[in-house]
Amino acid sequence: MDQQTILDEIVGSDYKYGFTSNIEQELLPKGLNEDVIRFISDRKNEPEWMLEWRLKAFEQWKSMKEPMWPNVDYPPVDFQDIIYWAAPKKKPELNSLDEVDPEILATFEKLGIPLEEQKVLAGVAVDFVLDSVSVKTTFQDKLAELGIIFCPISEALENHPELVRKYIGSVVPTNDNFYAALNSAVFSDGSFVYIPKGVRCPIELSTYFRINARNTGQFERTLIIADEGSYVSYLEGCTAPQRDENQLHAAVVELVAHDRAEIKYSTVQNWFPGDKDGKGGIYNFVTKRGICAGVDSKISWTQVETGSAITWKYPSVVLKGDNSIGEFYSVAVTNNKQQADTGTKMIHIGRNTRSRIVSKGISAGVSQNSYRGLVKVLPVAQGARNFSQCDSLLIGDACGAHTFPYLEVANNSATVEHEATTSKIGEDMLFYCNQRGIDTEAAVALIVNGYAREVLNQLPMEFAVEAQKLLAISLEGSVG
Amino acid sequence: MTPLLQISNLHASIDDREILKGINLTVNAGEIHAIMGPNGSGKSTLASVLAGREDYTVTAGSVVFQGKELLDLVPEERSREGLFLAFQYPVEIPGVSTANFVKTAVNEVRKHRGQEPLDPAAFLALMRERMALVEMDPSFLQRSLNEGFSGGEKKRNEVFQMAMLDPVLSVLDETDSGLDIDALRIVASGVNALRRSDNATIVITHYQRLLDHIVPDFVHVLWNGRIVKSGDKSLALELEQRGYDWLKQEAAVEA
Repeated sequence: MDQQTILDEIVGSDYKYGFTSNIEQELLPKGLNEDVIRFISDRKNEPEWMLEWRLKAFEQWKSMKEPMWPNVDYPPVDFQDIIYWAAPKKKPELNSLDEVDPEILATFEKLGIPLEEQKVLAGVAVDFVLDSVSVKTTFQDKLAELGIIFCPISEALENHPELVRKYIGSVVPTNDNFYAALNSAVFSDGSFVYIPKGVRCPIELSTYFRINARNTGQFERTLIIADEGSYVSYLEGCTAPQRDENQLHAAVVELVAHDRAEIKYSTVQNWFPGDKDGKGGIYNFVTKRGICAGVDSKISWTQVETGSAITWKYPSVVLKGDNSIGEFYSVAVTNNKQQADTGTKMIHIGRNTRSRIVSKGISAGVSQNSYRGLVKVLPVAQGARNFSQCDSLLIGDACGAHTFPYLEVANNSATVEHEATTSKIGEDMLFYCNQRGIDTEAAVALIVNGYAREVLNQLPMEFAVEAQKLLAISLEGSVG
Repeated sequence: MTPLLQISNLHASIDDREILKGINLTVNAGEIHAIMGPNGSGKSTLASVLAGREDYTVTAGSVVFQGKELLDLVPEERSREGLFLAFQYPVEIPGVSTANFVKTAVNEVRKHRGQEPLDPAAFLALMRERMALVEMDPSFLQRSLNEGFSGGEKKRNEVFQMAMLDPVLSVLDETDSGLDIDALRIVASGVNALRRSDNATIVITHYQRLLDHIVPDFVHVLWNGRIVKSGDKSLALELEQRGYDWLKQEAAVEA
């Protein structure tokens, strides 16, 4: 591959997704019908069964209703007013960082993102990204040696159709919910990961992904399978501010952990939250679920949610295998007019299954932040244990924090604990910091990071540092 | 010699209620001043106003600190200029380790003074050394600031922070409250160890017993928002014996 090809692939441009140059003209009119789905499937050279699967999902979606139970408020989405197929337009490339919005640059600076990466993220023409190239090359060689598959899901459909067919929809069925059904019908692309038996993925699957984060689609589909005794840590998202012309995002993520396998899935989400009045922000309606299919398996979700106008997301774990473990660590920040309704579901089926929920909500401005969680213990789940900790931190007087914990326990041997606290960054705390020479902005950052520490500690090291800075940036100007 | 701190005719109120009604006080480098007085006389208000707590409104007067008008500065600037307040009720900050908090504070002050941040190793060494002053176990460094600390541990932590920030003027607001006699001795010896000819301390207290350990050069009695009597440390002993009533009567007659 020549330099440009490698580059294109790394920055996630057209090449990676298998488009050809004439695709630029292929922009379907707004609206959704069977033909649109056939078109998408055809464009992607999908096998017949995939098309059938999409069409089935579409049928189901048509009879479903948009969920109204979340504690969020937004004007109804017109699903016929969305373009479901558009070749990712090449963003107009800028010639240098000087042409980038200074506000974005300032944020990059605060986050400590390396200069070369800043260019990629901001869409500046990069003439040389040696670091990224070498990272990617070593990385792919290493993974291939171990038999690990890590590629766009469209590529997996071509090269490993049997794996995709076996697992897609096995955790989040097409008719699971309104947005999952929509995603199943029209998903554009996403990532596919397969870790073979006994293999421990030696790298956080993160560096690569971050470079590619720029072109994540509107309807993304991710499928991660960890075979017996394997381990993988996967990082999704980006601390850099993400703007997108698509307002609605409805992703689906499915995780499958077989016997003794472990999947650690970390998300840092910083989609455009809208302006101070909440205009233009992303609606993020995501379905994320993992199944601990095998004995002694473990799935751990960690999320730092700071962006989006509306977040609707409940990364969950189905604990099917005996002795399996599910974890959910979350920091959700809302500021200005943001709304978040997020939490988890832990479904205990196997014997001696354990789950742990640590949720830290932070609300500022006039935002609304809800935790919604279900702990369900089935009659067969002998000896199940759950611990939930749901904390809310309020900054100012105009925001709201809400907690909706649901418990459904059908086995008497289960132990379920729930703790909840609500606290406020009070004048006393800020004054104390001020008196020690720490100004209010820095004090808020310090206090918030302390509050979220238990969750941040779960993130891979380099990302934890960025996430800390991100929390501080998200709350700038929220006090005083 | 220019005084370190010159408080002139300081009036302050909260919710339109006047608490300080014309305080005059001069503190020179090298001095320890004790401010005593019954509950509600305005002692803690004076400490809060000096540190810049927003709840209070200064209605008249001036406070010149090392040649600068203190009242023009926001609280963090006062701190960086060298004013330290040891709180009567130190706050707890969950998840923020004592080490991290102190490091943040010290580096803010160093930045203000145009100094580089201390490197982690030097910083840790310094923290251990200063903790020893108040007989704090280094394990406190990793614990969340003041969370789950006993009353005595919180006060020792205040003096530890004072030692780290190396202030020009320290105001100890009822640092002796809630301390048993051993903790009192430890806290006092820490304060004494930090005493130099180029810094000063204002000790606010109800009781003479702290002044057995931190020996003041001057004792002032605050009553009803004014300093009604000043003297040397023998005044504290007299107050111990006679209480405050005789002073209240004197003050009432004068008014």
